[in-house]
Amino acid sequence: MEKVTKILFVVPAGLFLLLFFGYPVVKNVTMSLQEYTSRTFFTGEAPWVGFANYVTIFTSNLFVPSMVNTALFTVGSIAGQFAIGLALAVFFKRRFPLSNFLRSMLLLPWLLPLIVASATWRSILDQDSGVLNQFIGVFGVEPVPWLTSPGVALIAVILVNIWIGIPFNVTILYGGLQDIPEELYEAGALDGATGWAAFRYITWPNLRPVVSVVLVLGVVYTIKVLDIILGLTDGGPANSTQTLSIRSYQESFVSFEFGVGAAYSNVLIIVSLLFALIYLRANRRAVDE
Amino acid sequence: MTTARSPRMTFGPSAAPANRAGTRRFRSRMTAVFAVAAITPLVLASCSGGGDSGSGGGEVESLSILDYYNNEPDSTLIQTAIDNCGEEIGVEIDRRTVPGADLIQTVLQQASSRTLPDVLMLDNPDLQEIAATGGLSPLSDYDVDTSGFAEGMLEAATYEGEVYGLAPTANTIGLFYNADLLEAAGIEPPTTWDELKTAAAALTTGDQYGIAFSAIATYEGSWQFLPFMWTNGGDETDLTTPEVAEALQLQVDLVQSGSASSSVLNWSQADVKDQFAAGNAAMMINGPWQIPALQETPEINWGTVQIPVREEGQTPIAPLGGEVWTVPVTGDDAKQAKAAEFVSCMSNDENQLTLAEARYTVPTKTALAEQYVENVPEMASFTEQVANARSRTGQLGEEWPDAATVIYTAIQLALTDQATPTDAFEEAAAG
Repeated sequence: MEKVTKILFVVPAGLFLLLFFGYPVVKNVTMSLQEYTSRTFFTGEAPWVGFANYVTIFTSNLFVPSMVNTALFTVGSIAGQFAIGLALAVFFKRRFPLSNFLRSMLLLPWLLPLIVASATWRSILDQDSGVLNQFIGVFGVEPVPWLTSPGVALIAVILVNIWIGIPFNVTILYGGLQDIPEELYEAGALDGATGWAAFRYITWPNLRPVVSVVLVLGVVYTIKVLDIILGLTDGGPANSTQTLSIRSYQESFVSFEFGVGAAYSNVLIIVSLLFALIYLRANRRAVDE
Repeated sequence: MTTARSPRMTFGPSAAPANRAGTRRFRSRMTAVFAVAAITPLVLASCSGGGDSGSGGGEVESLSILDYYNNEPDSTLIQTAIDNCGEEIGVEIDRRTVPGADLIQTVLQQASSRTLPDVLMLDNPDLQEIAATGGLSPLSDYDVDTSGFAEGMLEAATYEGEVYGLAPTANTIGLFYNADLLEAAGIEPPTTWDELKTAAAALTTGDQYGIAFSAIATYEGSWQFLPFMWTNGGDETDLTTPEVAEALQLQVDLVQSGSASSSVLNWSQADVKDQFAAGNAAMMINGPWQIPALQETPEINWGTVQIPVREEGQTPIAPLGGEVWTVPVTGDDAKQAKAAEFVSCMSNDENQLTLAEARYTVPTKTALAEQYVENVPEMASFTEQVANARSRTGQLGEEWPDAATVIYTAIQLALTDQATPTDAFEEAAAG
């Protein structure tokens, strides 16, 4: 009887996983092997085409650039978010007047809907009338074509994504810092470890497990970013901000080639999965410690 | 076990550690939530499965309608027309609107769950793609009169020789100019490309650009390019001709000479209108649907002319915009027949004129043009433009989206100096 009860408790969760995780993943895989177009929705016919969709994406001139852009976008965003996030977290570890208030203000970018944030940034980054160019113009800097030059657009998109990602990094890293016992610093101070040495030999080693979590989660969140790029550049100018997720979206919901779009997103899923495995390993190590 | 060192995954800034009893209570509550969440879709699926049995015959009492006029004032104006037609043919109307970008996705979902509305509004370039799936019912089945409509609009609504939809009104794009700025500079509204370039250069001073247009990496960018391409004899069936390249060269010249901002690469047509309304551009390529917004800035005194041609003697040919009302195949013959009656009513003379006048669009029945321009003189150049306008899907049908993608990609390549206008289309097509 108890056994049945146990199973019954697992069933809802199992059903949930099966419906909302198992089914979409399997469907995505099968869809990528089919010619799945707008016609399919009406006729229900989706002929099997083997790996034709994968051939299409791997031979597309946009595949390599979008892979490279995805990598640059992810690495650039994570590096910026983490560096600034860690600096702010360490900064806020000291208590000072208004520190709690300021720290909660940092969460603002997180509260804004992404599509609102990207629309706002789009006007900030406008070449002629954007606030940013007018501001740097005060210092005699020529207007920068943030979103209209293929050489600069990806950098601009990364900068915006860094801004959006900082709250996440600050919050988690700050939590990690709170968990480091104060005694360690007191003992370290007696031995002369203050300032940078205290960070290097006390803060950093104790923060390592949190850092690995932040980084891996950050990668998984960043690699699939769609709305910010869509809102800022739509993959342009001249395809210079195409990423795997943009390709997947455009193939599926602009060209209605759902099979090709599914193939792109499967590539994306496999890449994310690699990082998820790294995360699980890192997490286990943290628990073991 | 949780040790002081392990990462605590709290997302709030100050989440207190939960006590054990609290955790357990939380867990069991979550299990219940998941259980409900897991079952809900099944229930919903079984509900939606039951509604599609076509019950042919009998009196039709109501029609469901799907459209994308979800913004004011369009939403109310269309609602009035819908209500009038509902009354005229004696049915209740159950209308649903979705944002423009979501329409096709909604239609595809409804198609797979067999819950298509009785009357469906589609943007005209999408019609052939949907008709090709067999999801629409040809209007000839219901003896709907399709005579007297502008040829371009019928062409857009025709798939394999059958007309699938009717549009009450149409729109297109033309050249808006800031009358005060042109007058101050002593410049006449341009009619040729050379005049356009000279005028744009002369009107570029300080923060003000001569002209604004949209060359964004979406179908909007392609749509804005079409009038120049078509007017010059270019054709979407072969984009590598010199005529097409010349049209692209014009855009490149305007941007490289500084007469147009390089931000055109990222401007939608709404952004273009904002630039014009803010006085940042002396001229713009845009459509009459922007007129209500322009009226909100009465200090801008504007006029419109047709799209300039490369050399005198050419006829300006612009793309035809506008929404067509169609009858999806729902399996209920009586309702489909009633829906066809409704579609016909939406495009009758009275509705065409009312909607056209209120929404700054052009009636699709050519016979109404004269009376319309008399009532709304500021629409004169657009009305003329619509008479010669061409549909985007007239030649390529459901293949049009591919060509449109090549066009906007080529524009972006050329405007960012990554390819010459001659090579841009070939390079874009290889993508």
